[in-house]
Amino acid sequence: MTLNPDLPIQFSRTHRLQWEEAQQKNVILYPEGMVELNASSAEILKLCDGTRTITQIVSDLEEKFATQGLFNDINAFLEVALQNGWIHQN
Amino acid sequence: MAGYTKTNITPPRWLLAELTYACPLQCPYCANPIDYAKHDSEISTEDWKRVLTQARKMGAVQLGLSGGEPLVRKDLTEIVKHARDLGYYSNLITSGYGLTEEKIVQLKEAGLDHIQVSIQASSQELNDHIAGTTSFEHKKQVAHLVKKHGYPMVLCVVIHRENIHQMADILAMAEALGADYLELANTQYYGWAHANRDLLLPTKEQFEEAEKIAQAFKETVAGKMKIYYVVPDFHEDRPKACMNGWGTTFLTIAPDGVALPCHSARDLPNLDCPNVNDVSISEIWNDSKAFNFFRGDDWMQEPCRSCDEKEKDFGGCRCQAYLLAGDMYATDPVCSKSPNHYVIDEAIESARNAALAENEKPLIFRNSKNSKLLSN
Ligand code: SF4
Ligand code: SF4
Repeated sequence: MTLNPDLPIQFSRTHRLQWEEAQQKNVILYPEGMVELNASSAEILKLCDGTRTITQIVSDLEEKFATQGLFNDINAFLEVALQNGWIHQN
Repeated sequence: MAGYTKTNITPPRWLLAELTYACPLQCPYCANPIDYAKHDSEISTEDWKRVLTQARKMGAVQLGLSGGEPLVRKDLTEIVKHARDLGYYSNLITSGYGLTEEKIVQLKEAGLDHIQVSIQASSQELNDHIAGTTSFEHKKQVAHLVKKHGYPMVLCVVIHRENIHQMADILAMAEALGADYLELANTQYYGWAHANRDLLLPTKEQFEEAEKIAQAFKETVAGKMKIYYVVPDFHEDRPKACMNGWGTTFLTIAPDGVALPCHSARDLPNLDCPNVNDVSISEIWNDSKAFNFFRGDDWMQEPCRSCDEKEKDFGGCRCQAYLLAGDMYATDPVCSKSPNHYVIDEAIESARNAALAENEKPLIFRNSKNSKLLSN
């Protein structure tokens, strides 16, 4: 399973992404488990709304943070997210 | 407990709400206390809502709704709705018995996140025998409906000597049912399972064979199904890190409102477990005697006290130490460094002898009659 650059990315329907006040962190919740996210991972996942491809996510974030060269980091994280079932395509 | 400063108390992450001890099934390995029939009062809907609100404020985010059979509670949907409003991720842990499609939809609308259905075996005959109730076909039907209505589907099978030979069939069944997660829970020997241990504890060879089959299968379904394998600690030489450390992560509330650091803790002496009707969750978590009892490591005896692995397993399970070594402060006898480790070898040997014996004694099923008989 690897990311298809031409397809939009969607956050999983069977996971939940949520801000936790007590931890001051975004987390992913799933059956009997939880993953704590750092700020940049959470920013990426929030853009996985089923309309954007990786190229669009990269350009949105580069614009938002007025920076360049984010592709490799974002791609690496999304590959991990895909393996873990947090996101899917199609 | 002395010397444990409040600054290193971490907030609860998991709230395990045991809504009722009532259950139409009679599993002989049930984790409920043997004397559950004595504790037959149940706190109200409003009490549960208050507990959920207070625990959430402290940081609890995963909510387990279990029992007994949580579906027995008429106010389950209302509790689920309240949990969703508070932002919990709620897990319904059910036998599936009495779960209709209408209820599945109703719970989904109320905001339930996930349903875990337990199946006792891969064949009707054995499932219904172990459950003490005809339930196999209905459970499979429930598994389909759970999936159909968009829940992640988690199948749980408790493994013991009566069904361990079905491992390959159990895995095939989970795949055929489209499970997203499969929990293979080797029996933990507390409560009813402790009473039935000679009949339930598999031999080491059986464990190894079953584990091999499960591991091989895990690779073939990677990416499709996640498998949680709860290890059988009797055949390990280190204990499990019980509850991820006492009073660090888990908060269990029993049906009658008693707050427990682990679901077996009501069997431990002199803990004075508090009740949610008398004190708030934050007082229970931060200040109560029970929750501070085994926090940190000041309570430890040798060999744990000077052991370099104590940060890893916290000396093992307190309930197991109490049940098997007769001392709740002792090193968990599962540990090969424990002077009481021989009791584990004896238990394994005794179970093997029972397995070879011509006429095995019958399983003691979990029901109110047996509960009253055994706790007198
Ligand atoms: S283990 Fe069996 S008897 Fe015990 S609560 Fe669960 S379904 Fe009921
Ligand atoms: S002696 Fe105690 S702390 Fe050390 S490994 Fe055994 S149980 Fe764990």
